[in-house]
Amino acid sequence: MNEMQFLTWVRGPGLDIAIGIFLLGVLWRLIEIYSLGRKVDVAPGRHRDGASGLHTVFRRSVPPPGMIKRSPVTYIGGYVFHIGLAIIVFLFEPHIILIRDLTGLSWPGLPSQVIDLVSVITLGAMLVVLADRIKNPVKRYLSTFADWFTWTLTFLPVLTGWMAVQHLLLPYTTMLALHILSVELLLIVLPFTKLFHAFTVFGSRWYLGKINGHRGVPV
Amino acid sequence: MSASLQKGINALKEVIDAPVASYFNSCVHCGLCAEACLFHLETGDPKYTPIHKLEPLRRVYEQEYTLLGRLKKMVGLSKAVTDDELEEWKELVYDSCTMCGRCSMVCPVGNDIVYMVRKLREGMAVSGHAPDGIKGATKRTVEIGGPMGLKWPAVANVIKKAEAATGETINVDKPGVDYLVLLSSMEIVNYPEYLEALVKIFKKAGITFTLASDAFEATNAGMQIGASDIAKVIVSRIINSAEKLGVKYVLSPECGHAYMAIRWEGPNLIGRPYKFEVRHVLEVLEELRQKGVLKMKDKFKEPLILHDPCQIVRRGGVLEAPEPLVQTVAENYIPIVDKQKWNWCCGGGGGASAIHTEEAEALRAKAFRIKKRQIEENGVNTMVTFCANCRIVIEEGFDHYEMNTQLLGLTELLAEHLED
Amino acid sequence: MQGPLIDTLARRGVTRRTFFKYCATLASLMALPPSAGRAMAEAMAAAPAASRRPSVIWLPFQECTGCTESITRSHSPSIEGLIFDAISLDYQETLMAAAGHQAEEALHHAMKENEGKYLLIVDGSIPLGLDGAYSCIAGKTNLEALKEAAKGAAAIVAMGSCAAFGGIPKANPNPTGAVSVSDIIKDKPIINIPGCPPIPVVMTGVLAHYLTFGTVPELDKLGRPKAFYGETIHDRCYRRPFYDQGKFAKTFDDEGARKGWCLFELGCKGPVTYNACATVKWNAGTSWPVESGHGCLGCSEPDFWDGGGFYRALSRPADPLKMAATAAAVGAAAGVAITFANRAKKSSAKAAHETVTLADLEK
Repeated sequence: MNEMQFLTWVRGPGLDIAIGIFLLGVLWRLIEIYSLGRKVDVAPGRHRDGASGLHTVFRRSVPPPGMIKRSPVTYIGGYVFHIGLAIIVFLFEPHIILIRDLTGLSWPGLPSQVIDLVSVITLGAMLVVLADRIKNPVKRYLSTFADWFTWTLTFLPVLTGWMAVQHLLLPYTTMLALHILSVELLLIVLPFTKLFHAFTVFGSRWYLGKINGHRGVPV
Repeated sequence: MSASLQKGINALKEVIDAPVASYFNSCVHCGLCAEACLFHLETGDPKYTPIHKLEPLRRVYEQEYTLLGRLKKMVGLSKAVTDDELEEWKELVYDSCTMCGRCSMVCPVGNDIVYMVRKLREGMAVSGHAPDGIKGATKRTVEIGGPMGLKWPAVANVIKKAEAATGETINVDKPGVDYLVLLSSMEIVNYPEYLEALVKIFKKAGITFTLASDAFEATNAGMQIGASDIAKVIVSRIINSAEKLGVKYVLSPECGHAYMAIRWEGPNLIGRPYKFEVRHVLEVLEELRQKGVLKMKDKFKEPLILHDPCQIVRRGGVLEAPEPLVQTVAENYIPIVDKQKWNWCCGGGGGASAIHTEEAEALRAKAFRIKKRQIEENGVNTMVTFCANCRIVIEEGFDHYEMNTQLLGLTELLAEHLED
Repeated sequence: MQGPLIDTLARRGVTRRTFFKYCATLASLMALPPSAGRAMAEAMAAAPAASRRPSVIWLPFQECTGCTESITRSHSPSIEGLIFDAISLDYQETLMAAAGHQAEEALHHAMKENEGKYLLIVDGSIPLGLDGAYSCIAGKTNLEALKEAAKGAAAIVAMGSCAAFGGIPKANPNPTGAVSVSDIIKDKPIINIPGCPPIPVVMTGVLAHYLTFGTVPELDKLGRPKAFYGETIHDRCYRRPFYDQGKFAKTFDDEGARKGWCLFELGCKGPVTYNACATVKWNAGTSWPVESGHGCLGCSEPDFWDGGGFYRALSRPADPLKMAATAAAVGAAAGVAITFANRAKKSSAKAAHETVTLADLEK
């Protein structure tokens, strides 16, 4: 297989398979999780403004008071790489074209020099949170193979994408193919690992807000 | 007797629901919950990370309710939960968790960790892995009537004393009044002034109330140990008595978990709403204050800080009542940094204070350092709270660290300075 | 064509100065040191007689003659075409006067005379289907002809994408079983000059290099001279700044197209195509596809015809939604099946529940 065939495969059948498994997994897992249901709370609730599932979905995106000070690396590193990923995925022109072709939706992107900078910052932030996972006793204690594995699978698409654009190490064609392949791997494992928090985070926050909101506590 | 691992696993299978599934799938092992747990913060031991305390529950969830987990268990990639493991987890689920719920406040993906600890305790209890101290309290509550083994005569004695001190008659088993007043064993034994305070305040406000000889105990060790069936038996005494007497309200005393048990868990334990309303004493007092009934003759002068009991404030939702009440009676109230729903636990909630092993007591003493610091940082010699269990744990902490600090109950403090 | 090349050139009105300038340009194009230009000029200028002129045999297989068209038309009467005066082109079906047996004789004569020394140029792919019957010359399959001619060749130049990579004949479903030269010949140095067709100056440049130094120029891993195929069209494209700014033509007649914005979205394969079009241009530097408003087809890359469509943006997937609907349905079905299993399990757990009493707290 030459590099053009490789690229053609990852853009064609490879992406078909990856998106297929991704969608299959997401639906399966979402139904598996949320069909377990929950008992209705029959205690008469207490109303308080700001105490609801929806409020918590948004409120939890902001660090609680004093927590940034307690765990600056987790918060700052986490914010930077999550926002960085979002910028790269949704505001890089070739990605927008991909999304437009898949869904018909499009929006203006950022200049590629900006994306370049964001990529480097994101990679840096991911390395920092990795170092923290190795160094921080709690994180190290909690970490399993899945944590290292999912970090790698998240890191690779950013790294290969950036390297492809920068023409580092391998010819652009090969790097672009590797980039797409790494994204496909990410898509495939996402529904079955902790990366699935990208979906369940909304459900979890909503439940938390709802359950505590019933008692009148905005969490 | 009849506890078994199988029963424990079965209990977990019963209580696992969509929120639990969503929470476990959302956890990214960021470790932030550890930063909200006083047991981790004061010991530095990563095993006290809240989400880690739920590992047996997580595995049962994964193995029983996910396809991949079932496969993993089948091929031996995921080990079944064992008795030995649960025994090891006893310390994590009871000794080092007061169900204060502070971890649930910080989890960035929104996991309600304390919600899951409550569920895990269901499995721990019936598999025989609950601590002896809480088992004893549960046994005494069911068989005798209260966790400390108190019977009605002790309460009658307190009533008599309160009548003598206030010159008022206190109703017992009187139907048709406004409130059924509950007490906690600790108030009966250690803080009988609570009842006196109540008599004074309610008389001023023109509120009628009664005590019930068959339902005076507000605490619920069944809920703390994690046996809903037993918790139901205990809470039903109150419900039956209150509905029989036809009171409008049941007054939950200055006891954290009692409020949680009667106000929030009770209806769910019996599967229906009550025919009466449950109110926390502070909610009632704050209402009276707003109506102008609660007038002070003078104020407490010394600077003081407030300790918000977790189960009443953060988990119970009595958020706004305490502070104005303290401000009414205290001239030098100093709001602390982590107050109201952000307050730090005393270290002995969730049944932990009933565990009297050497390790558990040592751990509690360590965890108490966080309260000690709050007191020292604010340079006060007085702390006010409104939970009898917090009071006992904090007093123990003062003793342990030989602190010269005074601890007051809020209702009593109010009563003491109440206009005659 | 008598006497040194320089004399021949002079007779045709090409001055010595012009010729040296050409060689210097060629050398710089190929990223050779400045001295190479002089060496090149001297080597070629001095090429005097038949004895010094290396023999070149050009074999056409499954091809369209586009490569020959390219090398002849665009350079006549320009100076590059004259480079052929420096070689002895002994066999080239399109250009040679001879035909039939005469032509065959010329071929065999040249192969025999120059055994081990001649340069073999191939254009077109080699069909292997039906024992090679898809393309025969003088009763011989292309495969036989190639093997025979390759045996005595000093080196082989695979001219054009067909010879280099199989090209359009090899495109799906490849009815003739077409393969490239390098698929068959393994024991000779092969220079791939892909392109459909290749840029004339690239072809002549490689020949000039070979003539001057007698060696094969530095090649990349696809056997292409690095001097011409070292960078992508995209990287040297004059429209690149628009790409970086995110300015794209969305259709061939929109404002962006008129303003000369990047053609990435219109399917330009520049980013994955290694060729010199953006720098050398075509028709004596007049223009090139992107300059004329059309995206690069990627014609000098292997399997360019099967790359997913000329007007499909590179970032655009082939057709991922085809499978997606099915996958989603299967996933939902799996989820529902697990739901039933989970419900049953929870019900049986509830059924197995015995009311907990104090006795159940103790082992």
